[in-house]
Amino acid sequence: MSSAAALTWFARHEIRLAWREWLAMMTAGRKGRKRAAIVGLIVFAAIMHLPAYAVIGRFADLQAPLDKSTLIVITATILLAWALMLSQAIESVTRVFYARADLDLIMSSPVKLANVFSVRIAAIALSVIAMALLLSTPFVDVLVIGGGLRWFAAYGVVVAIGLSAAAVAIAVTIALFHLIGPSRTRLVAQILAAIVGAGFVIALQIAAILSYGTLSRFAVLTSDVAAGFAPDIESLVWWPARAALGDGEALLFLLAGGLLLLGAVMAIFSARFADTVVRVSVTASQVRRGNSVRTFRAGSRQQALRWKEFVLVRRDPWLVSQTLMQLLYLVPPALMLWRSFADSSAAIVLITPVIVMAAGQLAGGLAWLTISGEDAADLVATAPLPPSRVTRAKIEVVLISIGVIFAPLIVALIFASPVQAAVTASGVIIAAASATAIQLWFRVQARRSQFRRRQTSSRLATFAEAFSSIGWAATAALALSIPVAALVTGLMTAGILAATWKISPRRE
Amino acid sequence: MKPDESALQVRGLTKRFDRLAVDALDLTVRTGEFYALLGPNGAGKTTTLRMVAGLLRPDAGTVSVLGIDALTNPVAAKQITAWVSDEPMIYDKLTPLEYLEFVAGLWGIDPRLSEPSARELLVSLGLEPHLYERCEGFSKGMRQKVALAGALVHDPRLIILDEPLTGLDAVSARHVKGLLGDRVRSGCTVIMTTHILEVAERMADRIGVIASGRLVAEGTLAELRQQNGHNDTSLEDMFIALVDTEAAAA
Repeated sequence: MSSAAALTWFARHEIRLAWREWLAMMTAGRKGRKRAAIVGLIVFAAIMHLPAYAVIGRFADLQAPLDKSTLIVITATILLAWALMLSQAIESVTRVFYARADLDLIMSSPVKLANVFSVRIAAIALSVIAMALLLSTPFVDVLVIGGGLRWFAAYGVVVAIGLSAAAVAIAVTIALFHLIGPSRTRLVAQILAAIVGAGFVIALQIAAILSYGTLSRFAVLTSDVAAGFAPDIESLVWWPARAALGDGEALLFLLAGGLLLLGAVMAIFSARFADTVVRVSVTASQVRRGNSVRTFRAGSRQQALRWKEFVLVRRDPWLVSQTLMQLLYLVPPALMLWRSFADSSAAIVLITPVIVMAAGQLAGGLAWLTISGEDAADLVATAPLPPSRVTRAKIEVVLISIGVIFAPLIVALIFASPVQAAVTASGVIIAAASATAIQLWFRVQARRSQFRRRQTSSRLATFAEAFSSIGWAATAALALSIPVAALVTGLMTAGILAATWKISPRRE
Repeated sequence: MKPDESALQVRGLTKRFDRLAVDALDLTVRTGEFYALLGPNGAGKTTTLRMVAGLLRPDAGTVSVLGIDALTNPVAAKQITAWVSDEPMIYDKLTPLEYLEFVAGLWGIDPRLSEPSARELLVSLGLEPHLYERCEGFSKGMRQKVALAGALVHDPRLIILDEPLTGLDAVSARHVKGLLGDRVRSGCTVIMTTHILEVAERMADRIGVIASGRLVAEGTLAELRQQNGHNDTSLEDMFIALVDTEAAAA
């Protein structure tokens, strides 16, 4: 096989792997669900046009030249999309380094590694772009339908920023390898991915709170201060926004820039990819030492279970990064709370749903880890204690963790508004209990390392968990503003939970 | 407990998945006996042992562990039983010592007893240099040894092992065999499945051969030879002959 043919063959292999990985994610790895997954996706995409219309429909008529405020909003939106793509790309690169089972095979094969890894870098870029195109389709469609064909250029912008996000992700990850070593890079890269994804929005919210006392990031973007700091209308900074509006020259410039950046990364880093992979494989067997002086603890069997769960949660880098992301979203409400002590702003009510929502989501992840993600299932199942006590100990771990994380916020809230603190605490408890119950009803035996894929085991559980968190968050917010409406949303959320329980799998 | 009481008594044990996996199996293992359960792949050995260990609920039949009905009183039966599977399931983020601490805690063993016992077990299995290292970088053999130490740390009366020597090097396998031999000599009962017939031949007091979910032969090596009609036949030849006969009958 010639070199070009080998590369083509390897590219096909990569695309096939990516397609099957995506399909497995959509179908939860079950055969015969391909058609249902595709139909579901089309229906979902169609439905997504409605919220897309609500969010972006009014901007379809925008025409160049635009004022600075509008340019800032569009550019910030593109920057947000880029940050999210960068987050996804960093996560993909880390997965390629640490989780792909075929690296030994590739490294031992008689192919030029730089070429093979160039294809792999391109595949990462392709998968990031494909996902971004999929998510942006409803929004771009709404703009095209409302504002004309020129908005198709927005797809080109998505491709261009996808190329650059993949290139930056690869450069950043490999730089981390060389700076802090392979063993720390995994954790740091995951945390970085979480921060990058959420950081931009949170930074805007923090700026909005500090400047205008509101959680709305548009307050900052459309402010005179932002316009004052923004560069001239003719600046290159606005080219992505101009490209999205249909400026062909700007779009070509962006695409060329993205391709150049990715090409440069391939040229510089493809050869180092192999070196990095080797270092990762060596690190995989590197030892991490524990505490060598302490003695065995005395305690009940449940205490032993709880201790084990807490230690594993603490030592789990995936969970640390996930938790950090949840906690990052709590920074703006916490800041708002702090500010409200000074000016007793009514906007403080907004923090209750944010806290309740975060508690529900975090409890769902923790509950999956403790209830489903049991690496030594046989050991626990053969232990001399009833399954109900095992389950209870695991649930206690979830609720204690949620309590430890959210108690300081609620205690702080007591000083600002005792009633709101009581409502928030109730919301946190109910949302956490609901998410835990859903994980319990839909529990499946899995390895903790499958945490990232936990949503694929049951789409229903994932949606139920999300709706439950949203429902309780809305109920808590309404309880503080329109109590009668809270009764309605509370009953609706309870109804969702009841329906979820009804259709959950039955067990012995 | 009566001195002649059997360590394990299984009667009419049945389990069906897509097909019949265990077919009204009767099995008795005496106290203080090393019992090897042999059989071809898919014969029902693991399913049988998983039902005995309380990991699977049988469709029919009874399981008695040292006189305790394991189906109606599973907690009491589990207190005196240990299970080790062929795929060592341990926690990557714990050290071997932490893992054994957790197991001892689950079985409610006093730490003053379990800690020295845990250290002694790990040392005897050659894991002393790795006591404080997380298990994430361990080879399959090392993981298997940690799992085995975990099974023994609560001093069980009945030890059930499913292919415990898989993945172990010769030295480690000898360590494990020595440890199991010591346990049997101290009155413990061991039931083990293995594909290494030489191990069964050397270590087992009695051997049971299972095929298509039924016990097709059982006895000491001498008794099996006698049943087979050739006093100088190897266990391997007898095993193949028994399994072939069973397959032909099926």
